[in-house]
Amino acid sequence: MRRDVFQAIADPTRRAIIALIAVQAMTPNALAAHFDTTRQAVSKHLRVLTECEMVKQDQQGREIYYRLEIEKMKEIDKWLEQYREIWEARYGQLDELLSTIKKEKKEK
Amino acid sequence: MEMDFVVDKEAKTVSITKEFAFGLDLVWDAYTKPELLDQWWAPKPWMSRTKVLDFKVGGRRFYAMVSPEGDERWAVQKYTSITPKTNFKFYNTFADADENPELPGSDWDFNFSEQDGTTKVSISIYNESLERLERMIEFGFREGTMAQLQNLDELLATLKREPNT
Repeated sequence: MRRDVFQAIADPTRRAIIALIAVQAMTPNALAAHFDTTRQAVSKHLRVLTECEMVKQDQQGREIYYRLEIEKMKEIDKWLEQYREIWEARYGQLDELLSTIKKEKKEK
Repeated sequence: MEMDFVVDKEAKTVSITKEFAFGLDLVWDAYTKPELLDQWWAPKPWMSRTKVLDFKVGGRRFYAMVSPEGDERWAVQKYTSITPKTNFKFYNTFADADENPELPGSDWDFNFSEQDGTTKVSISIYNESLERLERMIEFGFREGTMAQLQNLDELLATLKREPNT
């Protein structure tokens, strides 16, 4: 299955995890303490985030710490850029349409 | 004329401002009359096809974006406020072909003003959640041109090329 950053942020719990580890790297147990869900559910979200390459794991002694890959968040900005391009295309068409209507009115 | 596009992720709002070298009456019609809307709303090669447009408070526009292959993506824009030639608002939801909405939707606020023959249109689109914003962009993207599709393919290819952990 192909994963990308948009799947990473498509879930509210995953967005909350991202917000938490953006501040500091955390263990799954420390993360789970912030949610009403089970430790397993948090692990599952961490697995998705890992597959999306949004997080990296650091082994420190017996603990695994998860930290955020900031660069991946920039992909979201690229995505937003696509929406801007749609509006530019749309408004290009509207400018053209308005010119045509104005010309037709003058000719009448 | 130039367009301004601003995304405020904290306020969950996208703002688009555009000036037109045309009078307010004409521009207002282009946003509120189905036969005109359908000529520009969908970026080519997509087509906009409005099935219903009842421009009054409580009325709605029910329309589809139609792909060159004939795929339809329906949406309902329910008008919640209208001040003629000044402002209108609608609540936008994606829908199926039977007009069943997919909630939640987004609030769109259109402001019109004219000065010296130039008409300014400011649109503000508010989404209840970032997830919703992402979906809207995904929909917008689907309306998009082949060039935009290529952009996404390139992006996905880049993401895929980077080694898995």
